[in-house]
Amino acid sequence: MTRSFKQFAQKIRDINQRYNEPHIEMSTAVRWSLMVLRVYLLFLVSLMIYKFITLLK
Amino acid sequence: MQLSLIRDVWITHNQPDGAKPGHQGHKSMQLIPRLYYKIRKWTKAIQLYLVIAGPGLVVMIADNDAGGITTYASTGAKYGYHLIWFLLLLIPIAYYVQEMTVRLGAVTKRGHAEAIFDGFGAFWGWFSLIDLMIVDWLTLVTEFIGMTSALSIFGIPPWATVTGVVLLMGTIVMNGRYWTWEKIAMLFCVLNLIYIPGAFMVNASVSDILKDGFIPHFPGGFNGELFFFLMANIGTTIAPWMLFFQQSSVVDKGLQEKDIPWGRFDTLLGSALTVLVAVFIIIVTGTVLHGVEIDSASQAAEYLMKTNHLVGTFMAIGLFNAGLLGAICISLATSWAFGEIFGWAHSLNQNIKEAPWFYASYFLTLITSGLVVLIPGAPLVLITLFVQVVAVTLLPAALVFLILLLNDKKHMGDYCNTTWDNWIGGIIVLIIVILSSLYGISVLFPNMFQ
Repeated sequence: MTRSFKQFAQKIRDINQRYNEPHIEMSTAVRWSLMVLRVYLLFLVSLMIYKFITLLK
Repeated sequence: MQLSLIRDVWITHNQPDGAKPGHQGHKSMQLIPRLYYKIRKWTKAIQLYLVIAGPGLVVMIADNDAGGITTYASTGAKYGYHLIWFLLLLIPIAYYVQEMTVRLGAVTKRGHAEAIFDGFGAFWGWFSLIDLMIVDWLTLVTEFIGMTSALSIFGIPPWATVTGVVLLMGTIVMNGRYWTWEKIAMLFCVLNLIYIPGAFMVNASVSDILKDGFIPHFPGGFNGELFFFLMANIGTTIAPWMLFFQQSSVVDKGLQEKDIPWGRFDTLLGSALTVLVAVFIIIVTGTVLHGVEIDSASQAAEYLMKTNHLVGTFMAIGLFNAGLLGAICISLATSWAFGEIFGWAHSLNQNIKEAPWFYASYFLTLITSGLVVLIPGAPLVLITLFVQVVAVTLLPAALVFLILLLNDKKHMGDYCNTTWDNWIGGIIVLIIVILSSLYGISVLFPNMFQ
C-alpha cells in the first residue's frame, strides 16, 4: 500500500516535471487571457464559498 | 493507422479515370454517362464519409443527454414552439466550438487534456483534469438518474437498470476495436431520432410551428425566467466534456490533416441533428403539454402516456437512450484524459490486458456513479444542480485554452486560426462564457434573475 502510494506520488512528480514549462508561445494576448481566467475563476470560487457559508448559517 | 490504411486503399481502388489531371474532356460526354459519373462520384464521397464519420456525430448527438432532454421537454412545455428559433441559432455555435477540437486533434495528435498540460503547464493542466473528472462524474450520476427514472416507468427497478447499463457498456468498450465501439455508439445515435416520429404522432400544427417557432421573439417579454431557460439551453448544448471527448476521439480514430474537411462535415451534420432532435422534443411537449409544469423528462413521458401512450413510450425510451449515449461518451472522456496525462495505454483499439488502467478508470467512474443513484436518500437534486455550477468553472477555461491553442502557429502550422476564425470563435466563446456563468450563478442564487 505504501509502495503504491509512493509510486503514485512519483508519477505525479514526473508529470509536473514533464509539463513544468508551458510550451505555447507566451505572447501578451496569452498572458492577458490567462490572467483574466485566473481572476474569473477566483470570482467563481469566492461565490461558491460564500454560498456554502450562507448555507451553513 | 488503421483508418489511414482503409482510406488510402479505398482511394487507390476507386479513383475515377476522369478525375486524373489532364482527363477533363467532359464537354464531349453524353448526358447519361455524365450523370452516371456524378452519381458514382457522390456515392464514393458518401462511402468515404462513412469511413471517417463518427466523432462529430457521436459527440453532438450524445450532447442530447438525459439533462438535455429534460431541458428541451421543459422548454417546450413552458414556451410551446416559441423558442425553436433560438435552438436553431445553436447549430453554428456548437459547430464552431467543436470544429476547433477536430483541427487540434487531427494536427497535434493529442487529446485536449494533454494539449492543455503541454501548452499551459502543470497548474492549468491539473486544474482542467481534476475539474473534468468531477464534472464528468457528476454528469454521469445525472445520466444514471435519467436512465433509472426512464425505465422505472416500465416497472424496471433502478438496481436492474444500473447493472444492465454497466454490463452493456462494458461489453461495448471491451471488444478491443475503436471502429466497433463507434458503430455501436452510432446505432444508439439513430435511436435518438425516436422523437421525430413522436412529433408526427401528436398532430402538431405546421402553420403554428412556422408562425410561432421561426420568427425570433421573446414570448411574454424578456424576463428572468425566460433568461434562465435560454441559458439552460445553451448550457446543455455546449458542455465541457464534449471538447475533451471529441478531440480524444479524433486522435483515437487516427484522423489526419487531410481528413479535417470530412471531420468538419461530420461535426456540422451532428450539430444540425442534435438541434433537430431538440426541436422535435419541443414540438412534442409544446403540443401536448403546453402550460404544464415539467420537472424532468421522465415526468413528461408519464404525462404524455396519459394522452398518447405510444408517444409517452417513445419519450421514455428516448430518455433512456440519451442517458446511455451520454454515459458512453462521458466515461470515455475521463479515461482518455487520464490515460493521456499518466502515460497509460488509452486506446479503444487496445484490449483490457494492454490498457488495464484505461479500462479500470472507465469502470471505476461508471460503477461509482451508478451506485450513487442506488443509495437511498442520496441528494440527487443537489447533485444535478451542482453539475451546472462546477461545469461553469471548467467550460470557460477549456474554451479559452482551445482558442489559444488554435492560435499556436508552432504546433498548428497551416491549420492555425485565421483572423476571421478568431473573431467568430472569440465572440461565440465570450457569449458562452457570459451566459453559462450567469446560468451557474443563477443556480447558486435562484432569486437573482427573478
